[in-house]
Amino acid sequence: MNVWYLAKKELRSYLLSPLAWVLLAVYFALGGYFFSGAIIITGRADMTGYFANMAITLLFVVPALTMRLWAEEEARGTARFLLTAPLTVTEVVTAKFLAALALMLLAELVSLVYVLILSRLGSPDWGIIFASYLGFTLLMAACLAVGLFASSISSSQMVAGLTAFGLLLLLWVVDWVSSSVPAGLGSVLKALSFPGHLIDFLKGMVVTDHIVFYLSAVFFFLFLAVESIAKRTWA
Amino acid sequence: MIRLENVTKLYGNQVGIKNLSLTARPGEILGLLGPNGAGKSTTMGVITGYLTPTAGRVEVLGIDVAEHPLEVKKHLGYLPEVPPLYDELTVEEYLKFVAEIKGLRGKKVREAVNRVMLETGLAAMQRRLIGHLSHGFRQRVGLAQAIINDPAVLVLDEPTSGLDPQQITEIRSLIRELARDRTVILSSHILPEVSMLCRRVAILNHGELVAEDTPENLAQRLQGGRMLTVTVRGPAAEVGELVRGLPGVEKVDALEGAEPESCSFSVVVSKGKDIRPDLFFALAAKGYPLLELKWQSTSLEEIFLNLVTREPIPESAAKEEAAAL
Repeated sequence: MNVWYLAKKELRSYLLSPLAWVLLAVYFALGGYFFSGAIIITGRADMTGYFANMAITLLFVVPALTMRLWAEEEARGTARFLLTAPLTVTEVVTAKFLAALALMLLAELVSLVYVLILSRLGSPDWGIIFASYLGFTLLMAACLAVGLFASSISSSQMVAGLTAFGLLLLLWVVDWVSSSVPAGLGSVLKALSFPGHLIDFLKGMVVTDHIVFYLSAVFFFLFLAVESIAKRTWA
Repeated sequence: MIRLENVTKLYGNQVGIKNLSLTARPGEILGLLGPNGAGKSTTMGVITGYLTPTAGRVEVLGIDVAEHPLEVKKHLGYLPEVPPLYDELTVEEYLKFVAEIKGLRGKKVREAVNRVMLETGLAAMQRRLIGHLSHGFRQRVGLAQAIINDPAVLVLDEPTSGLDPQQITEIRSLIRELARDRTVILSSHILPEVSMLCRRVAILNHGELVAEDTPENLAQRLQGGRMLTVTVRGPAAEVGELVRGLPGVEKVDALEGAEPESCSFSVVVSKGKDIRPDLFFALAAKGYPLLELKWQSTSLEEIFLNLVTREPIPESAAKEEAAAL
C-alpha cells in the first residue's frame, strides 16, 4: 500500500517537472525518425530497426530520468522525511523504480501508433512485434534499475546522471573484447552485455535465459540501491 | 517518553555526540540548547532513527529504536532543521501525501489535513505550490507534516527559525498546546525561546551534555553566589564601605545611573547566604534610606555563554603542548 502512495507521488512529481516532458519529446522525436528511417531503408513492416535504435537512446534518456530519483531527496532534505516515516527503504526504492518504469511505459504506449501504421501499410509479424516489445521493456527496466542505483549513491544529480551513463555504457560495450580474451572470461563478458540479450527478442524469439538475465539485473541493482540508502544511517 | 542511554555517534573520527544520556517525559517539553555543531541535530537523528548510534541505546515510548524502527516511526513526528518539502506539490497535496505515508486512510486523511492546516494557519495557502511559499509558511508546512499523524512524540529541530515575531508567538502556543499530552523535544539556539517553552533544558557542547535542569535551577547552579542590586540614598563611598563590611558579601561593584544623591551597587552574595536583613538594619542604623533591593536573575543567555565558553584543557592536549616545548 505504501508503495502505491509513494509511486503515485513520484509519478506526479515526474509529470509536474519540465524535464520529463522534454525527455519524452526528445524520445518521441528520435522514435519518429528511427521508425520512418527503418521503413524507408528496409521497406519491411517490422519494428526491429526502431527498437534496435531506441535501445541506444536509453543510454542517455534513462540517466536523465533516474538521476533525480534519490539524489534530489538527499539534496532537498526530504530523505530525512522518507527515512523517518514508517516506511522501509525497500518500499521507497520499489516505488521509485515503478514510477520511472510507468513513465517509460507511457512513452512505449505512444509508440503503438507506429504498430498501427505498420498494420495499415503491410502485414507485420505480430509474434516478432510482441517479442520486441517484451525484450525492449525488460531492457528498459534493467537500465532504470542501474540509473536508480546510481542516484542512490550521491546527493548530486549531476554525479548520479554521469555515473548512470558510465555504468550503462560499460554494460553496453562490455562484450567488445570478448573474442580477444580467454574464452571463459569472454563468455562471461558476453553474458553481461545489456543489448546482447535484446537481439533474440528482436528476431521474434522469447528465450527464458534473457528474461531471467534482465530480471536478475533489475533485482541486483535495486538491491544495491536499497543497501546504499540504508547504510546512510550509519554514516 | 524518550530515553537515551550512553549514546555515542561518531562520524568517522568526528564526534557527533558522546556518551549522552537524556530522558524526556510525556507532557514535558525538553529543550536542547547548544551552539552550532554541539550535537543537537545528531541527537534528534538518533531519536528518529535517521541515524544509527555507534554505541548506546535509544528508546522511544519504551520501544528500542534500533530493534523496531518502524514501530517507533509510527508514533513519531519530526521536523528537521530544513523542512522536508516537495516544491512541486501544493500544500494540500503534500499534506495528503504525508498523511497517507504515515498510515492514515480514507476519511481520516482529509480530516487530518484540514485539522493541521487549521492549527498551523495554512488554510488560506492550501492550494498554493510549496515552492512559492515564503520561509515562514514553509516552516509551518514542516510543522504541519510533523503533527499530522497525531504523534505521541514530537521532535522539533529549531521549529521557529525564520519566523516573524507574530508567527513565533503563534507557533509557540501551538507547541505548548501539543505538549500537553505528548513528549516534545525541541532544539534551539535562541535562548529566550527555550526558557519560555521548556520545563527542562539540556545544554550540549561538543557532543556532550554540559548541564540538564530547569531554567531556574540552571541559573542558580551556575551563579555560584547570587547577585543583589542595592540602591541607597546616601554618599556612594560610605555606603559602599558599609555594604562591603557585611558578612556574606563577596564583591561589591558600583552601578552607573543612580538618582541624584543616591548610589547603586551590584553585590555578589556567597552561596546560601541572605544578607538582606543585615543590610537593611545596617543602613537604617546609619540613617541611609534603602530605595531598592532585589535579586538579579541571570538570563539563560548568560548561563549558556558561561557553560559553553568554560573550556577545560584536556590532559592529552596539555601533554602534547608540553611535548612540543
